[in-house]
Formats: sequence, C-alpha cells, structure tokens
Amino acid sequence: MKRSMQHAMRKASTLVTVYYAYMLEYRAELLLWVLSGSLPFILMGVWGQAAQGGRFGLSSLDFIRYFLAAFLARQFTVVWVIWEFEREIVEGKLSFRLLQPLDPGWHHFASHVAERFARLPFAIAFIGLFFLLFSQAVWIPSISSVLLFTLVVILAFILRFITQYTFAMFAFWIERANSIESFWFLFYLFLSGLIAPVRIFPPALQKIVLWTPFPYLIDFPASILVGLPVNVAQGLCVMIGWIILFFGLNRWLWRRGLKRYSGMGA
Amino acid sequence: MPIINVENLSKVYPVAVKQPGLKGTLAHFFKRTYTAIAAVKSVSFAIEPGEVVGFLGANGAGKTTTLKMLTGLIHPSSGRLDVAGYNPFRREPDFLRKITLVMGQKQQLIWDLPALDSLRINAAVYGIPDQAFRQRVGELSEMLTLSDKLTQPVRKLSLGERMKAELLAALLHQPQVLFLDEPTLGLDVNAQVSVREFLKDYNQRYGATVLLTSHYMADITALCQRVLVIYEGQMIYDGSLDGLLEKFAPCRAVTVELAEVKTTAELQAYGELSEASGRIAHFIVPQEKLTHTLSRILAELNVIDLTVAEPPIEEIIGQIFRSGAVGI
Repeated sequence: MKRSMQHAMRKASTLVTVYYAYMLEYRAELLLWVLSGSLPFILMGVWGQAAQGGRFGLSSLDFIRYFLAAFLARQFTVVWVIWEFEREIVEGKLSFRLLQPLDPGWHHFASHVAERFARLPFAIAFIGLFFLLFSQAVWIPSISSVLLFTLVVILAFILRFITQYTFAMFAFWIERANSIESFWFLFYLFLSGLIAPVRIFPPALQKIVLWTPFPYLIDFPASILVGLPVNVAQGLCVMIGWIILFFGLNRWLWRRGLKRYSGMGA
Repeated sequence: MPIINVENLSKVYPVAVKQPGLKGTLAHFFKRTYTAIAAVKSVSFAIEPGEVVGFLGANGAGKTTTLKMLTGLIHPSSGRLDVAGYNPFRREPDFLRKITLVMGQKQQLIWDLPALDSLRINAAVYGIPDQAFRQRVGELSEMLTLSDKLTQPVRKLSLGERMKAELLAALLHQPQVLFLDEPTLGLDVNAQVSVREFLKDYNQRYGATVLLTSHYMADITALCQRVLVIYEGQMIYDGSLDGLLEKFAPCRAVTVELAEVKTTAELQAYGELSEASGRIAHFIVPQEKLTHTLSRILAELNVIDLTVAEPPIEEIIGQIFRSGAVGI
C-alpha cells in the first residue's frame, strides 16, 4: 500500500516536473495565453459603468472585484485537452500512450497542472499591475475564503477538464470532436458568469442555471473570493455530482472508443 | 512453449466510401455508405522465445495492422492471440511491461525537450527505480553510442540519433518481446547498420523475442533466420529466409542513367524493365545474367551512371507472388 503510494507520487511528480519544463519552453506564448484570458477586464469596464445607475444590487467596485476574481478563476480553469486528444487520435500518437502501463489521461492532466504553475506568475503579476493602477479596487479576502476559493477552483478545474476530456472521447467516432466543445462553450460563455455575474440573471433562470455545471466554473469561485453570498454546500454537491457523472460517461466512452480505434497512420 | 501464438486472426475495418463530384459529396453528407475492408484475413503463426522473425509484405498488406493487434492497440475482429501469456487488448500493466513497439515513422519522445526528460517519464511510468534507471540508460546509450546526445533537445538530433533515442526509450523497461515496425526507415546506411547491430546485440544479451518489419532486405538478412510473408492480408509464407530466397531466382536491381532518352522497346532488349522515366531506367536482372547484362549495357549504351542494388522487398515479394512460387 505504502509502496504503491510512493510509486504514484513519483509518477505524478515526474510527469508534472517534465511537463513544467516543457511549458517553460513557451515563455512568450505563456504571457499571450494569460492575456488572451483578459475578457473579464473588458467586461469590468462595461459593467462598472452600467452599475452606476444602481440597478443591479452590486456597486461598481463589486463588479470590478468580481471580474478580477473571474479573471483569476478562469486562469486556473483553462483546458485544451480536446485539441490535444484529437490530434493524438488523428496522428495515431495515442498508440504510444496506450503501450504504457498508465492511463493516457494522466499525461493530459499532468500537463494541464504543470501549465498552471507556469502561468501563475504571469497572472499574479498582471493582477499586481492592476492593483497598482486602481488602488481603490484592492481588497483583502479572509483566510477562510481564500482556502475555500482554492478548494473550489481545484474542483472547477477538474470539472472543466473531465467535461472536455469526455467530449474528446467522441474523436473515436467523429472527425472533429472539438465542434462539440465549441457548441458547449457558447453556454459556458453566458452561463458561467464570465460575461455577467449569475446573481443579476432573472431569478427563474438563476434557479435552472445553478443546477448546471457552468456557474461553478467561474461565478462560484469568483463570488467566494470577493465575499459575495453563495450557497457553498449546494455548490460543492452540484460540482461533485457533475464530476462523477462525467467521469462515468468518460470511462464508458473510453472503453467503447478503444474498440473502434484504428491507430491511424501508426 | 511459444511466446507469441496467433490463430485465425482477422481485422475488418469499416471504410466510408465517397463518390467524386458534388453529387457524391452530397450523398456522402446525407447518407454515408461503408464497405468492410479486410486488412488481415485469418492469419496464424507461433513464435518461440528469443527468435528474431522478419515480417514481410508490400505496403497495405496487413503487417502494421497485425503488429497493432499483437500490441493491444486495436481490437481484433476475430481469432485468438496470446502474447507472453496475455490477451493484448486487455492491456494489463504486467503485459505492457513485457512488450514494446517501435514505429520508424512515429516518435514518442517530446520534441522540444532533451530525450532524458522523456526517459524520466518512462522510468516513472514503468516504476523503474533511480539506480536501475541510471544503469540502464548508461548501458543502452553505450550500446547505441548516444551518451552525449541525451541532454540535447530531441529536435536538434539527426534522424539517426533520434531513432536511436527512440529505441532507448522503447527498451528502457527491458521488454521481453519487441515489435519493430520499420525501425530503420529513412536512415542513412551507417545509421541503418548501427541500429541493426544494436538489435542483434540486444537480442543476444537479453534473449528478447523480436518481430520486425522492414523495407530493407539488409535488415532482414542481417537479423532474421525466419520470415513471415503476408500478402493482401493473408499469410503466404512462414519459414527460413534461405527457403524464401530459393523460391525465386535471386535478382539485382540495376539503375542506369543514360546520356539520351531511349524508348521502352529499345531498353527492354537488355532485360526486365521495371520502370523507365526520361533518361533513367530500372532493370531487374537475375543474378546469373548480371555480368553479361552489365557489359552489354556499358558497351552498347551511352551510360552516365550505373548502380547495382538489392531489389526492394516489395519487388521480391511481388515476384514471388507473380511467379506463383508460393500458393495461398
């Protein structure tokens, strides 16, 4: 038991450190990737202005902080596994992964985790710069909300990863599985809280949305960090429920897909 | 007790069929029709531990498909197979630790990092302890004359060095059964020779079983005592290499570059013309007529350049099949 734990730890740390080295090969790209997630800053300006009418129950400052936290949550939950997986299927590279006694999913997971570490300094520097320019927006979240934010953002990353990796499984059947992700992304964009906080949605819509996985990817962690009221217990349950559901679907599709795999070109 | 046992193995792929033109495209969009392509048809063979077996066949004959089934990458349509006591498609960790697959036209090493980083991943994945890892890398890189190359990014290595590094990565876990698909593809002659010698050395040192495909006759003659020949998905020969070569008159491929263009009819007077384009002509000449034919060509034609080589395996197999030396 103890030995197998040690083996697992060694696998995990080796994968993450090697993929970290790999990510650091793309220094310039990393900065651009961080900047490409700056949509919340644009919306911050829009909503900050709009909130001055006082119609939303949130002040301009609330909006600014919310979108800053949304930016941070988004940095932790960026996932691109579907494009990687699709490439592996199309180019037959999955074959090499299948030859090894480790589920290929772990390679993707480790490379995403490693990328988080590579991306983090840029994101923090970006937020630091923002605070320097708008010192009135600075706030110090409590230790408990930081801890809760960390937990939730990790779960949000896992949820986002497992959903996209599940869609990626369709690459066994269709040529371009990423079209499913593109369709899903449309809902993600509007319902996750990236464009607008979920709390300003019409109440009926809010009720429905809170049962979908979307708001837990951005709105939920961002609200926790800013200190806006959320139903933590319900949120965690919904997240874990979706993770379990997608995990089951993922493994089922994986087993069926492998029977169809032809190792194209390899 | 054979380490690889294959009985009536078949693989059928569904392939979408599309007619050319707009009409065909629309039909393809609304109602896709599939035909079943049998890549491997009821193949049977057995390989004993420590054997080095050459697997021959033209492009698309079913070699790679068979290798993919033997390594558990693809699911067989029917038949039974057993490799090292396991059913490959289950991909049990203990099975995966016993085998490896090297594909000449594919690479597993991470392109932008030194090979050593990819090797570290493999060591962790296969659970190779640090000390054993260092010792094996030392030993294998010495056998492959590769030691100073492992710390350079893979993209900076030459094709030959990269192939050697691929071999190192594929053998780090000391597999008992090696499946090699065109391991010398595209390498220059020197690199081909060193890869060949390494494989020979590895087989002798560790008693590993090797099943290898190659387009280079020299790979097969240097390494394999036994060959399997597959033609259009069916096994047409299983036996010694000498036996295979005896089945047809041994030949040489002669390539001639002429000073002026000759007609096909003019060239055919000198022997079996396999291909002619512009001033270049390729002949297949039986061994016993080689000297005679060459002196005639040199005496009667205005030759700029002339090379004599072993004919490609494709040619040999094609010839075996055409001559009917081996019946199905």
